[in-house]
Amino acid sequence: MKSGSNLEKIFSAGKFAVTAECGPPKSADGNVIVDKAKLLSGVVDAANITDNQTAVVRLCSMVSAHLAADNGLEPIMQMTCRDRNRLAMQADILGAAALGIKNILCLTGDHGSFGNHPQAKGVFDLDSVQLIRMYKNMRDEKIFDCGEEISVAPQLYIGCAENPFADPFEFRALRLKKKVNAGVDFIQTQCIFNIPKFKKWMEEVRALGLHKEVKIMAGLTPLKGAGMAKYMKNFVPGMDVPDAIVERMAAVEKGEPQQAEGKKIAVEMIKELAEVEGVAGVHIMAVEWEIAVPEIVAAAGLSPRPAVA
Amino acid sequence: MITAERKPLDELLAMLEGKDKVLVAGCDTCVAVCLTGGEKEAEILASELRIKAKAEGRSVQIEHTSAIRQCEWEYLDMIAAKVAEFPVVLSMACGIGIQSMAEKFADAYVLPAVNTNMLGMPQEHAVWLERCGACGDCLLADTGGICPVVRCSKSLMNGPCGGSHAGLCEVTGPNKEEIPCAWALIYDKLIAQGRQDKLMEITPPKDWSKSSSGGPRKMVREEAKPV
Repeated sequence: MKSGSNLEKIFSAGKFAVTAECGPPKSADGNVIVDKAKLLSGVVDAANITDNQTAVVRLCSMVSAHLAADNGLEPIMQMTCRDRNRLAMQADILGAAALGIKNILCLTGDHGSFGNHPQAKGVFDLDSVQLIRMYKNMRDEKIFDCGEEISVAPQLYIGCAENPFADPFEFRALRLKKKVNAGVDFIQTQCIFNIPKFKKWMEEVRALGLHKEVKIMAGLTPLKGAGMAKYMKNFVPGMDVPDAIVERMAAVEKGEPQQAEGKKIAVEMIKELAEVEGVAGVHIMAVEWEIAVPEIVAAAGLSPRPAVA
Repeated sequence: MITAERKPLDELLAMLEGKDKVLVAGCDTCVAVCLTGGEKEAEILASELRIKAKAEGRSVQIEHTSAIRQCEWEYLDMIAAKVAEFPVVLSMACGIGIQSMAEKFADAYVLPAVNTNMLGMPQEHAVWLERCGACGDCLLADTGGICPVVRCSKSLMNGPCGGSHAGLCEVTGPNKEEIPCAWALIYDKLIAQGRQDKLMEITPPKDWSKSSSGGPRKMVREEAKPV
């Protein structure tokens, strides 16, 4: 075991993993995290604690991860290169490890121009590939980036994201290989709506043998309405939402019926994605709709979550 | 070349409030080439400021001059007599020129008329593109001659990120203009050169101590010093 996290144990036991996303509030109200943690505890194996997601300031991911853990939800702490240099990223991971946080997700981070402080200086001292390698070296070689020894190394389960729908498509599986070479243990993909394209990407991933080297979690976002589907299609960077999905959402009445349709699509997609060879789990990103997660997980036949020792 | 844009007139007027004797100083090198702060632009700005003052019924003395290069002492000597006549100098040079003026003419109140913005390449007439970040550790040999430090919005060393779409960056410029994805360009170039293997190498963290992160830089060429 690299970290002994629940997520790592689930994978080690050969179980299909389920993770969700838990977004901290734009305030000092830690109870928001406590409530979300209680909602998701036992429903998923672990949950991503986002780090100033979409470059909007929020309660920090380390403290939120700690609050989640205290309330029964295993955190996957996100860490972006946008807001920290290599000193801060190493200091924060030592702090996180000291708090018992074991899963880390290495991200370059959304560009600051998308957020609420576009005037901020983007750090980008490292990129996500370099961050993965730095953390792997801290864990396995017990060294800081500068080469100095660490007396007590952080025990980490290292994750990252990958977008199968970005361009150049023919490099996407190879870029994942680069992250695997850097030392990543698990990956979560960008939200999948275009399943045929995802399957094509997985074919390339399998051809490179990557599915045997890294745990691949298929990412998906339940749609809350047709408006959201259109917005994601047209305005969210790196998103590939087929017209058929938008039309299917728009075909039902707004409000409750569209929410139900969104959940239904998500369940169908989970079932289909779980059948794809090499997919080891599913990552449900219900943006500010965490309340929908328990129902979706149950309807997909993934409840209760297995207990692993 | 160094590029700069003139500050908005209102900002200049606020800077010059209460100052009635002003020399507008152009620079005939980089900022002249980018049509921002050469002799011609200095003349135009001086006349704009005079017209504004006249409209407000203020009596002012606003003239212009220009140096071949404001960043070199010997060229500043050539305008020294003129500068001595004015307590306030509005420099239209890049940040280097403005500072040279402030250092050389310690008695004058030297103010900036432009915002220096980049090391840019003139792509076509009146269009400049950022091409160099002066990072002090050039990696163009490994990236097909395309700089990821300034041409990738996130300065990725191992791109392209998940925001690359159809050859474009997910980030758009200040006027919503499209930005080519530097890593899509690097990818195409390295493939065309048959250097696919290069794309699979993990580029290690960059040594930013050679950039401005290492503190103000100084270059000395001992061998070129006069004996």
